[in-house]
Amino acid sequence: MASLLQSRVPSSSSSLSSSSSGIQWRPSAALSSRPRRRIFTVQAKIREIFMPALSSTMTEGKIVSWIKSEGDVLSKGESVVVVESDKADMDVETFYDGILAAIVVGEGEVAPVGAPIGLLAETEDEIAEAKAKAKSTGSSSQSVPPPAASPPPPPPPPVSAAPLTPAAKVADGPRKIVATPYAKKLAKQHKVDINSLVGTGNFGRITPADIEAAAGIPPKKSAPVASVTLAAETAAPAPKASATTFPEIPGSTVVPFTTMQSAVSKNMVESLSVPTFRVGYPVATDALDALYEKVKPKGVTMTALLAKAAAMALAQHPVVNSTCKDGKSFTYNCSINIAVAVAINGGLITPVLQDADKLDLYLLSKKWKELVEKARAKQLQPNDYNSGTFTLSNLGMFGVDKFDAILPPGQGAIMAVGASKPTVVADADGFFSVKSKMLVNVTADHRIIYGADLAAFLQTFSKIVENPESLTM
Amino acid sequence: MQSSLSLSLSSSSSIVTRSDRKVLQGNTFFAGKCSITPRSLRFCGLRSEVYGLQYSNSARLVAASLNRRHLKKVSAALSDNGTPSKFDYDLVIIGAGVGGHGAALHAVEKGLKTAIIEGDVIGGTCVNRGCVPSKALLAVSGRMRELQNEHHMKAFGLQVAAAGYDRQAVSDHANNLASKIRSNLTNSLKALGVDILTGAGTVVGPQKVKYGTDNVITARDIIIATGSVPFVPKGIEVDGKTVITSDHALKLEFVPDWIAIVGSGYIGLEFSDVYTALGSEVTFVEALDQLMPGFDPEIGKLAQRVLINPRKIDYHTGVFASKITPAKDGKPVTIELIDAKTKEPKGTLEVDAALIATGRAPYTSGLGLENINVETQRGFVPVDERMRVIDTNGKSVPHLYCIGDANGKMMLAHAASAQGISVVEQVCGKDHVLNHSSIPAACFTHPEISMVGLTEPQAREKAEKEGFEVSVAKTSFKANTKALAENEGEGLAKLIYRPDNGEILGVHIFGLHAADLIHEASNAIAMGTRIQDLKFAVHAHPTLSEVLDELFKSAKVKADVSSPVGEPVAA
Repeated sequence: MASLLQSRVPSSSSSLSSSSSGIQWRPSAALSSRPRRRIFTVQAKIREIFMPALSSTMTEGKIVSWIKSEGDVLSKGESVVVVESDKADMDVETFYDGILAAIVVGEGEVAPVGAPIGLLAETEDEIAEAKAKAKSTGSSSQSVPPPAASPPPPPPPPVSAAPLTPAAKVADGPRKIVATPYAKKLAKQHKVDINSLVGTGNFGRITPADIEAAAGIPPKKSAPVASVTLAAETAAPAPKASATTFPEIPGSTVVPFTTMQSAVSKNMVESLSVPTFRVGYPVATDALDALYEKVKPKGVTMTALLAKAAAMALAQHPVVNSTCKDGKSFTYNCSINIAVAVAINGGLITPVLQDADKLDLYLLSKKWKELVEKARAKQLQPNDYNSGTFTLSNLGMFGVDKFDAILPPGQGAIMAVGASKPTVVADADGFFSVKSKMLVNVTADHRIIYGADLAAFLQTFSKIVENPESLTM
Repeated sequence: MQSSLSLSLSSSSSIVTRSDRKVLQGNTFFAGKCSITPRSLRFCGLRSEVYGLQYSNSARLVAASLNRRHLKKVSAALSDNGTPSKFDYDLVIIGAGVGGHGAALHAVEKGLKTAIIEGDVIGGTCVNRGCVPSKALLAVSGRMRELQNEHHMKAFGLQVAAAGYDRQAVSDHANNLASKIRSNLTNSLKALGVDILTGAGTVVGPQKVKYGTDNVITARDIIIATGSVPFVPKGIEVDGKTVITSDHALKLEFVPDWIAIVGSGYIGLEFSDVYTALGSEVTFVEALDQLMPGFDPEIGKLAQRVLINPRKIDYHTGVFASKITPAKDGKPVTIELIDAKTKEPKGTLEVDAALIATGRAPYTSGLGLENINVETQRGFVPVDERMRVIDTNGKSVPHLYCIGDANGKMMLAHAASAQGISVVEQVCGKDHVLNHSSIPAACFTHPEISMVGLTEPQAREKAEKEGFEVSVAKTSFKANTKALAENEGEGLAKLIYRPDNGEILGVHIFGLHAADLIHEASNAIAMGTRIQDLKFAVHAHPTLSEVLDELFKSAKVKADVSSPVGEPVAA
């Protein structure tokens, strides 16, 4: 029996994989257009081969052997690797043509389902890149939004008579970390970095409970937590309005939620568990409007401008780009992925502009256009909509002057942008003038982002927007 | 006791062999190549020097002449038609374990006046510290496992509240079982009129045995069946509490949160089953490069997938535990690991307890073998294929036999018993050579593992040498109705055979009740029944035995049915 090898394009991390949208491109078209994009396309053609789920109970798989070795040319349908699951050994086939550029997980090693085990390059030119990437990523994938990405060393628990100070321990050479066998298994499964934990078990060892706590899963062994998907999740019909029943109004019709609507509903209800607060800020947009007029013919959209500005501000305020996954730690995201809310035939989806701080405005615009097209065609890949680290919602085009956004689960902050409109402003000298201003309102998770953080972030954002030259650089 | 004997092995594991006494490793002593450390070699050298000193040349001469004299007498005695004229007993057995017991029963049946000498408790290792109490613990672990497996229970439509256990009650169950079997054994010996002589037995000369302090008896034939004790490699300090052997573990005095098991043979594997079912986490330390050496590789791989990987177990292979220090002064048990080949340090484990399951060492010191010019080989009593003890000159010592773990041929309780029966047959004048390849072995994990005959690599090697063809047939438990009814479809049966004549070379089973299923195959090997004949044997439906039925039927044998079905096939 053979199973199809799914592969996916890495969504984030290192600059090499700087984009994910390449999959859908027809290479010929891309090559014929602009040289710049060509490079970009090529980069996107490195695919990750990841550990397939060969059975419903499989959580990790062991590489029995690689049938192909690095540098081999693969054609669709060929067996590439033999994977041992909890049930059996299976040959796994690829469904892309390409070259096996790098083996990330070697023979005899174990990887959790979904983790990259190898890299597939489209052409020989990309092999070196893929190899470099393989090195940089190692065996741990950064592209899957893990339930708990390795957080930086958490502050020592303030309560409990902390046994010695962990810092002191670290100081005296390599700290010896003892974890029980099951703890190690769980850590691997949930991608928890054992080295970052402080054990609570006998003799300070790390126990399964420690891992579960770090991974933010309830201390009951259950199926591994699936990655969070913002939309398109086949969730159960939206939670029924608890116990309260509403009086039925005659003639009303009941239309069940679509899958997307269910997912939205679920996420919205989920958001209630996060303590949020809001900070508003007026931003002058004259300079931005002027810039927009200039770059509009080149295909740049206002969304791209705002996303870029937000990303650049986030780069200076990483805490606003962080996430609180377990209520105990900050998860600093390594890339800045701006999700932009889009209304789409009766639904709402948030395509993600990945690495928005690194891409230039034109690429960003181009990418955005594609994402929107894909969204309309319902072709978005999970990575295209669930890898966001910060969300942007703009209702300015409808004349809304200010509004309040709900924080999507899994993110630290969301920015609601109102319409820019002429406002009478008095300057320091008492002179009146009319300037365009828009109101920006950010909703944030107060567990990790505090008022001052947000204020500082908004100040930076406002400076960028008011001096937008840097956006084009 | 013998643990000081500490032979050369620092290895656990073993290469060949099997032993449901959770032993295994015995043969490693012979295979030795990878397991003997230079340090221990010196140790062995010392030993032989000591022995050398004990023999004076004159003593040897005396012994030899004695032998000759007795030979004549014996033939005379035999001509007396077995009535003991010159001897106190026809047969004296030293050691009342399963081997000695089996031999005694058969001897009585053959009309021999029999005595059995036991310095400890009747039943030996198997009954008191081995197979028997461990089966009690495994019975508990099997049920725990089932009750804890919600998925499994749900599939049956059963709802069970959280399963728990009372350690003391579990421990009592094991002890009660052991004492029950022990009293059964004692009663059966008494009922048959076997004299039970208490005290340590020593061979003081040909056909002469001393027991206790100074009771000397004579016997026409003597069987040594002193068995073995857990083998503890050098550098390991056993305190009986946190660093333990199977002897202590079977008392289940505590269930540690985390236990390291040194050795992944039968003993280690069975205990890992028990401990993980009771909630412990387990770390295996195995000297060889893979877990479960000695099993057919394919079976081992499947077993690892079912018995190791999904459980709370991790392992270090290719390492020796060079030093193990029991927990004390608030410190955990520490295990220092070194690379099995390079001897480089490979880190330290800190666990709550360590179980030493590195095999078993023969219990043969103090037997007085030097009195009859016999030298043990790494503790084992050298014997020929008829279990006759061989002296330093390579000649068999008349009227002296050694069976069971003490000879190291196959360290299994039932093998010892079979050897004992074989010896009694010979003593009664009927030549008999036991076919060891028909002796099955089993490991009582959940599910069980069982085997008889050769593994696939062994069979292929033999085929290469002797120039015949080897085929392999396999069936899955997934195809068996009874297994599916039990929701236990995980399992594999494997048949290794000669397609030219239908001879069974080996059968390996991993699955529900594998230990009970193996006997159809082991009997066939013992009787020399060929597969083409077995195919016509009828199995009740639906039973697990159909797994073997299926297995035999899937074999492709070129030879025709060798004899009409139903007629016994002469071996």
